[in-house]
This record gives sequence, C-alpha cells and structure tokens, in this order.
Amino acid sequence: MQIQNTLSKGKEIYKDNISSRNRAEKIFNILLLFSVLFGLLMLTVLLIDIAVEGFSWVRPELFENYHSRKPENAGMKSAIAGSLIVIGLTGLFSFPIGVGAAIYLEEYAPQNKLTGFINLNINNLAGVPSIVYGMLGLVVFGRMFDLFKEGSFLVEFLKIPIESGAIGGWNFNLFGLPWLEIHLPFGRSMVAGALTMTLLILPVVIIAAREAIRAVPPSIREGGYALGTTKWHVIKSLVLPIAFPGILTGMILSLSRAIGETAPLIIMGAFTYVPFLPKSVWDQFTVIPIQIYNWITLPQTEYRVHLAAAGILVLLLILFLMNGIAIYLRKKYEIKW
Amino acid sequence: MNLVSNIQSYSINFHENATIIRANQLNIFYSGKLVVENFSLQVPKNKITALIGPSGCGKSTVIRSFNRMNDIIPGFSLQGEIKYQGKNIYSSLEDPVRIRRQIGMVFQKPNPFPKSIYENVAFGARINKYQGNLDELVEYSLIQAALWDEVKDKLKESAYALSGGQQQRLCIARAIAISPDILLMDEPASALDPIATLKIEELMWELKEKYTIVVVTHNMQQASRVSDYTAFMSLDREKIDARVGVLIEFDETTKLFTNPKLKETEDYITGRFG
Repeated sequence: MQIQNTLSKGKEIYKDNISSRNRAEKIFNILLLFSVLFGLLMLTVLLIDIAVEGFSWVRPELFENYHSRKPENAGMKSAIAGSLIVIGLTGLFSFPIGVGAAIYLEEYAPQNKLTGFINLNINNLAGVPSIVYGMLGLVVFGRMFDLFKEGSFLVEFLKIPIESGAIGGWNFNLFGLPWLEIHLPFGRSMVAGALTMTLLILPVVIIAAREAIRAVPPSIREGGYALGTTKWHVIKSLVLPIAFPGILTGMILSLSRAIGETAPLIIMGAFTYVPFLPKSVWDQFTVIPIQIYNWITLPQTEYRVHLAAAGILVLLLILFLMNGIAIYLRKKYEIKW
Repeated sequence: MNLVSNIQSYSINFHENATIIRANQLNIFYSGKLVVENFSLQVPKNKITALIGPSGCGKSTVIRSFNRMNDIIPGFSLQGEIKYQGKNIYSSLEDPVRIRRQIGMVFQKPNPFPKSIYENVAFGARINKYQGNLDELVEYSLIQAALWDEVKDKLKESAYALSGGQQQRLCIARAIAISPDILLMDEPASALDPIATLKIEELMWELKEKYTIVVVTHNMQQASRVSDYTAFMSLDREKIDARVGVLIEFDETTKLFTNPKLKETEDYITGRFG
C-alpha cells in the first residue's frame, strides 16, 4: 500500500536539481583546468627564465669548445658527445633485453607464483632511486667485484695479463676482431655508464613493451594459430609489428629520462672535466647534466647562471628532438584498424 | 561424478570412409569445470555439418577442440578422443601446429591481419612454404572466396578498408589458401548484415565441393538453409545449474528440422525453448 502511494505521486516526488548539478559540473571544470594550468604555468616560467639567462650563450663556442677557465670560451663539446653516445648505447642494450623480457613475461611465462613475484618486483624496480643503480653499476660493471684486479684469484689462476693505469684491467679483442675490443672491468667507460642506465630504464621499458604487447587483440593471434603457425611466428610476424609503435614510444620516453640522469653516472665515476672527444666506447666521458652541475657549482655568474642555462637549453633541445622522433615513428608505424 | 549422462540422445553413424572426424565421448573442462559432457559425433566428408543450440551450450567449445584451438586457453582440458585421419589429434605425439594447418578455422568476428589484402591471403602460404606462384594462389583463393572481383584493383590496400562481410570472405580466402582438409566456421555470419550473410552462405555451398565444413550457428534458418547434417546441442537438463553442454540429436538436416526424433529438439526448433 505504501509503495502504491509513493508511485502514484509520479513526477511531483522528484525535486528539480538540474541547475545545481550543472553548477557542480562547472565548478569541477574550473578546478580541473586549474590543475592543468598549474603545471603548465610553472614550466613556462622555468623555460622563460632559462631562455632569458642562457639563450645568448647558446653560440658556436658552446658546441666547439671544451670547458675553459674563461667563460667566454667555455663549451660542452665532450659532454654533448658523451650524452649522445651513452644514450645510443643505452638504447642498443635496453631494447633487445627489455623487449625480450616483455615477450617472455607476456607470452611464454607460466601463470604461477614465481611469475607473479617477478611482475611485482619489476614494478618495484621502476621506483628504485637512480643513485642505487649507480652503486650497483659501479660494483658490477665498473669494478666487476675486483675480479680483474692485479693479484686476484682469477687473474693468478688464469694468468690474465693485467695492465695498470687509467684504463687498466684486461684488454683484448674478442675473436681477434679489431673492432670488437673488450676491456674488463668496464671501469669508468661509456659502456659501464650505458649498462648502468640500461638497468635504470629496463623496468620502464619492460612495462611499456608488455602493455603494447597485451594490447594486441587476441583475435589476431587466433587467426595466426588457425593457419598452422607456431607461437614464435605469431609473435614475430603478427604481435610485434602491431605492438612496435607502443614499444618504441616507451623506449624513447625511457631514454629521455636517462639522458637527464646525473646521479648514477657521478657514482660510476664520470668525470666533470673531459677536454677531449671519446675515441671509443671504452673512453672516459662526461654528460650534459654533469657539465651543467659542474658549472652551477662554480662561483662566477657567467658559469653559474648563463652557461648552466645554455646547457639546460641544449639538453631540452635534445629531449624535444627525441620526443619528436618518437611521435614521428609512432605515426609512421601506427596500424590503422 | 558420473560423467556418463542418462539423458536421451539420438545420433547417426556413417561408413568409416565417409567420415573425416570422429569425436568419441568427449568431456571438456575449463579450469576443472565440466562444460561439455559425453560428446560423440561423426563428421561426414565433403558435407556441411551445422552445430546448433542455445547460447552457452558449448558449440564453440566443441568446434574449437576439433583443431586444438582451445589449447591456447589456460585451464582447458579434454578427455576422450578426436580421430582425424585415423589418429587421435589429442595424442601427445600429435603436433597442434600440423593439425591446425590441415583443419582451418574462420571466426565469429572477422579478424584480418593489419596487413594488405594480398599479404593476408599470402600469410599462411608463406609460412607453410608454398612452392608455387604466390600471385596465382592469392588470385585463386580470392576467386574461391567470391571476393576477387571486389578487390582485384586494391590488393595492396589495407584489409581494414573492406566492409565487414568482405573482411569475413577475406578470412575465408586466407583459410583456404593453405588448402586445408576441413574448414571450421564459428558463427561466421553472426556479425554481418543479411546481405553479407547470404553471400557467406552461398560461398559455403560452393566450398563444400572441396572441403568438409563444420559450422556453428545459433541461427536455425541458416542451419536449415546451408547444412546437410545438423547436430543439436543443449544443456543437460539434469544438471541445469552446472550448465553442461550435451549432444541431443544428430541427423540429416531435413529430417532434424521436419521430423525430429526427440521432444527437446522439437521444442527448440519450433521456438518453444532457447
């Protein structure tokens, strides 16, 4: 009876609140816009400030010279070269390892507790501070647990010829090929730096690649299997081409993060003053962020403000270029469904 | 658990030489749960066999087990045997890749690869090391799939530029390009409009000259139009809460639709149930 009464009232029992709901809509609209503007505004202020201080200092000398005691002559040639080579090597190392790990975890790994544990820890690794990776890289790649130090067990046992000096350790050519030079341990070389950076970005690369692989529709895989195709062939010729733009985007965004990293490379022993271009990937090096950091610590305004700002502008330019390439490649390989 | 059901069923048998697939007392499980029970069926060679029944009765599960497509679903397991060319395809000696190469499949939703029309058809041929002229094979397959005239001038274009019905015929062309013995079709027209559906049905009639076709459909008119034999599946009434699929009746299509042997079949085809 109660229900009958309530229902019979029809429309009158509703209170018209559309205008107040619309008001709430508008308020949220403004709040959300504000959160966007906050970030954008801060970034714009930063960019303008840096451009004002540094733009006139972005001049040929910056790219042609090494660090100098005279600010007007100072440049960052070795840092730019170092950054580009280290990032190139990092990409070379992390792409196959990251994509391989992602394929294994998405396509082959059995669904058990161990896989679950690995999944959890990949996400955890993405949050580890970069300086920790620097220490790990120093011990594992830089010093290799002192295995190749004069007098170590391994050296004595195998009678390895150990050189002393800046690029010490065991130097040899793999398979006798002149271009396959190997130095053990990796020391303060760009190889050691790039491997450390690889460790740093691998979790992010793996996560991005897995998401791209997971986004490939199952119906495409089924279509492949139904033609008498092996799993590897389905992955190679159907899944990876479709996932490629997504993998590439994750890869380049990770590299953009790596190019701005300073802490792990400082720990690895990258130098602040490198007055030469690297002759090989086994050379000592410096990178742009370390050069900027070095300039900021100097007392003169020209270094502390103007050259540092100019360095930041160059770094940003490289970053934008990389992101531009990422967008271009993604568009180029994007699949139109 | 008593796996042998007490429900009434009716089925016909064929001579050994006229049969291409023999399913014997299949019990199919997903993650340990029984979904299809005591399913036996003989699929006649060069005929169209339709599998009909209400949704959720395991039609797709059965057809997907004929070429081991279910193997890629985690938790799938099967008891019983499916004989093809005298061998049990679920024997550990059999390679699922080899079986799928001989028993092709067309899916409910058209799933062309994100490649050109040409590459879609050539894909299976390339993997299976086709020795002849690839261009001719692509043309021949597309002609067989009644798609050639519509696409001959745009073979290099993306398969996704085609309409849904054309995409489905492309998937059929792709499947027959590797000359399978059997073509399994899992509701091939359910995502298509009536005109595209009609084209697929006409195509099936032509294809049965060369291939054995097993088609799952929940459209009874379609089954009565295209198939030579029809198998009616339903849920086991004794375990209705468990939703276990069983074969109720298998007969020539004309007999099954005009003079069903069992009341359950009659109820379904006359629309009183399902």
